[in-house]
Amino acid sequence: MNNLINLTIDGKTIEAESGRNLVDVAKKNGIYIPTLCYFRDLNPLATCRICTVKVNGKDTTGCTVKVAQGMEIEVNSAELLDNRKAIIEMLYAEGNHFCPSCEKSGNCDMQNHAYDMGLTVTRYPHVFSDKIVDFTPKRMIMEANRCILCKRCVEEVKTKEGQDVFSFVQRGINTRVKIDYELEQELSESEALRAMNLCPVGAILVKGMIQEQPFGERKYDLLGKDIKPVVKDNNLHKKANEKFIVATTSLAGCFGCHMSLLDIDTDFLDILEIAEFNKSPLTDIKNFSKRCHIGLIEGGCSNSENVAVLKEFRKKCDILVAFGECAIMGGIPAMRNFVPLQECLEEAYLNGVTTEIGADVVPGHEDIPKLLNNVYPCNEVVKIDYYIPGCPPNAQHIWKVVKSILLGEEFSITHDEFKYD
Amino acid sequence: MTKVDRSRLMDVIWGIQRKKRYIGHDDITKIAQEFNMSRMELEGVITFYHFYHRTHSGNFTIYLNDSIISQFAGRKSVLKAFEEAIGVKLGNVTEDKMFGLFKTPCIGLSDQEPSCLINFRPFVDLTPKKVFDIISKLKDGKMPYQICDSPKSNIRYTPKEDRTVFFKPYKKFSSLSHLKKYDPEEVIDLVKRSKLTGRGGAFFPTGLKWQFCRHNKADVKYIICNADEGEPGTFKDRVLLQEHPELLIEGMIMAAYAVGASKGAIYLRAEYMYLKEPLEKLLAEYRKNGYLGKILNVKIPFDFDMYIHMGAGAYVCGEETALIHSMEGKRGEPGTREYFPVDKGYKGKPTVVNNVETLCAVPKILEIGLDKYLALGTDATPGTKLLSVSGDCKKPGLYELEWGMKLRDFLNLIGAKNPNFILFNGFAGECLSSADFDREISGENLLSDHIQFYFKDPIEYARKMSGIGLRSGGSFMVFDKKRDLVEVLKNIADFFVAESCGICVPCRTGNFLLNKKINKLILGHAERQDLEDIKDWSKIIKTTSRCGLGKMSSTALNDAILKFPEVFEKRLSDNTDFNQAFNLEDATADYNRIINEMTSDYE
Repeated sequence: MNNLINLTIDGKTIEAESGRNLVDVAKKNGIYIPTLCYFRDLNPLATCRICTVKVNGKDTTGCTVKVAQGMEIEVNSAELLDNRKAIIEMLYAEGNHFCPSCEKSGNCDMQNHAYDMGLTVTRYPHVFSDKIVDFTPKRMIMEANRCILCKRCVEEVKTKEGQDVFSFVQRGINTRVKIDYELEQELSESEALRAMNLCPVGAILVKGMIQEQPFGERKYDLLGKDIKPVVKDNNLHKKANEKFIVATTSLAGCFGCHMSLLDIDTDFLDILEIAEFNKSPLTDIKNFSKRCHIGLIEGGCSNSENVAVLKEFRKKCDILVAFGECAIMGGIPAMRNFVPLQECLEEAYLNGVTTEIGADVVPGHEDIPKLLNNVYPCNEVVKIDYYIPGCPPNAQHIWKVVKSILLGEEFSITHDEFKYD
Repeated sequence: MTKVDRSRLMDVIWGIQRKKRYIGHDDITKIAQEFNMSRMELEGVITFYHFYHRTHSGNFTIYLNDSIISQFAGRKSVLKAFEEAIGVKLGNVTEDKMFGLFKTPCIGLSDQEPSCLINFRPFVDLTPKKVFDIISKLKDGKMPYQICDSPKSNIRYTPKEDRTVFFKPYKKFSSLSHLKKYDPEEVIDLVKRSKLTGRGGAFFPTGLKWQFCRHNKADVKYIICNADEGEPGTFKDRVLLQEHPELLIEGMIMAAYAVGASKGAIYLRAEYMYLKEPLEKLLAEYRKNGYLGKILNVKIPFDFDMYIHMGAGAYVCGEETALIHSMEGKRGEPGTREYFPVDKGYKGKPTVVNNVETLCAVPKILEIGLDKYLALGTDATPGTKLLSVSGDCKKPGLYELEWGMKLRDFLNLIGAKNPNFILFNGFAGECLSSADFDREISGENLLSDHIQFYFKDPIEYARKMSGIGLRSGGSFMVFDKKRDLVEVLKNIADFFVAESCGICVPCRTGNFLLNKKINKLILGHAERQDLEDIKDWSKIIKTTSRCGLGKMSSTALNDAILKFPEVFEKRLSDNTDFNQAFNLEDATADYNRIINEMTSDYE
């Protein structure tokens, strides 16, 4: 079949074979349509929706479009770009994605898209739904927390008899991919590996076959572009010859982000030229002695003291920046959001492997901060003005953002500074 | 790989559900073997439909409608009565497994709420007294079919006899004689010229659909009647099936004749199971009279027969591709839109899916004659339309009206005293206010539906929309001043969260997040930014969702924000730097309780 037709993509006229898949046609002509569920044109799944484009003014998924004469296609309008970002954000908000602890990090299609789109925070509140990690299958692990329900495995992984190994169960917000234990055992090792590699995220793992690749050798390490965060109109209350006043704190975090703060070595002296530190673990000043221009928050809110400190920061600082994943989405401490609080306490004080034998006391005193039912991202407690993602964020990244916000300058972050997994 | 026909799968599951009241582990093993599918895939099919249960659902399974119309009609006291009478709370089964009490979305009886189904037999106009009476009769050994109600048709209005299309006396088989005159192409041409469009709510030109299907060559083609009337507030198809099922069968025979289909099916929603037996009897009568099977008494003889496929509780199956998947024994997920059903539909063959009302209209158009039919209604939408009316009005029930009636006149007709807002076309439709009352119910001057995101204020809306027609698949719910708009929106949001199929993230999680925003509004924690978020998020959900469910789920919500700003204004709290939804006391309540319990025995 060599039936050539003309179509336009974002105003550019393109010649293509009639009936070919739009995503492929665009790619051939140097136009990138991001995809997540799509991997071969024989059976487009159209589940992830990020390839949504406008065909003759109508929204539709690019992966299901077969090109035809005269089609006018929009790929990169501001609205469509934002739609795509919104969907990736929604997938992050819906699942429980902890990149630093994920085997697929660096090889994950979704993570790559997030980097590519310069995602710093999701506009949606995290759902924190309780999903299970299923170790029961003989050969595989099904990590539902990371599953984006793209349906690749459901459609593609079959036994010799043609039966589905993976299936969708339940519906709506409760939809999950489940693995059939009996049929899973029938898969050969290479078929199991294929299933793992088919998964665009880290939901399907094969026991003992998870290869740790060094940083720099993973699929997406060398890709990526600079991002240009937006500086908003700031409400800084600063006199002309006054230094900028900075405060920092670590809530439910590991202090790793604070370590990163110091990682700029002697450049720190330049910072001290224009800024002074007030309340901060760096100065060991425990209480605010004056109003601050900017507050840097590490960690989310795990207990009542975190909440009190965060609220104090909001009151005393003109601008509040959440830096590091824990402050942005709860991070590693938020993994306890799927475990009932009582079990957490019992594990920590009574039954854990590191507790003393015979331990039978759970500390409770009015002076001890109270644990919250969940770990909350900072923006669920107070308004946050800026987000610096990372675990920890790169030191250059942090200070570039802080400096640019304070001076009201435009800035860009290189991919290397932005990438942290 | 052996191919097993899975179209019987749902029937098999139904058989077990009906007999055993749940689908057990062993049943799954057995069925999976029979249909050569994995156990987990079968589990996926079963858990997709909410009338299939994996645990015992009670010998008498009670499904109480939880739609907003039912709530406003007194559902609360009825629910309390049920809970008291059987001794368990909603969502549970009594210890002796005699009763199970569950909620379900609209069951197509909105004009006689509160209503419920017990073992899929209808009970309407419930009161606490009636509930106690029903339960005690069931305990005394009566069966639901012996004591159930027969739902009223409540036909409140039809145009004058010579202008009525549906509800006037009709003689069985009479329209079929027209097929002696016409070629299939001529039937299609007639339907095309009648400008008949899909009456389920999508309004796709029926004649065109038939023509596409006719032109696709295949050894077998299918006609499917979509009787999965799931849109809350709609019951016009139920009334048609009660009053004139013969029109439907004849419409399907005509469709089959026109497109060259040899097989047909009626996809009947499980909520209408009580209509199955009478329908089957009627089908047998058509068969006996030579109108199904080998049909010779027409210009070009052909083979055609049909059966009834029962749904099992999934709103999304009203979407035609989801419906087809469901008939194929799969999860009722909408298709990718790569092909239309007329190209590759049921079992990959060209398929026409039409709504009950659409199919019923065809024999009537032939009977009335094209010229006379075109004289009814408006230019773009000739003929009449059925509307199911419920809510705050004197005369809820079914209305057949000529297209072109002003909304204001219609409100008078139904006896709506102080209409404040209207859900037009169900939960997936528009929310109308007095700004819309002078619009007419017709398909004239339509605009694209994205326009709702571009209005700045109600005044601009009224100006731009004044001459624009209004179309509804059949649902018309009217609410007066005493009803809380936000409560209605909450019911809608809950509905879409429960009914989203889950295949695409904007609909699956987007609707869930919108629902959270509404909760925020109800609790008084919302700020102006939350309303902006609702608008922005809705737009994303609308443009990126796979099927009509996601595309329409937030329409009413956004209409309401535009048209009733004062309702939302009064629920907003002031902008602050703090997130009002976070409450330290609530967040530490668990801890206080646990620590109290755990440390109480220390001293």
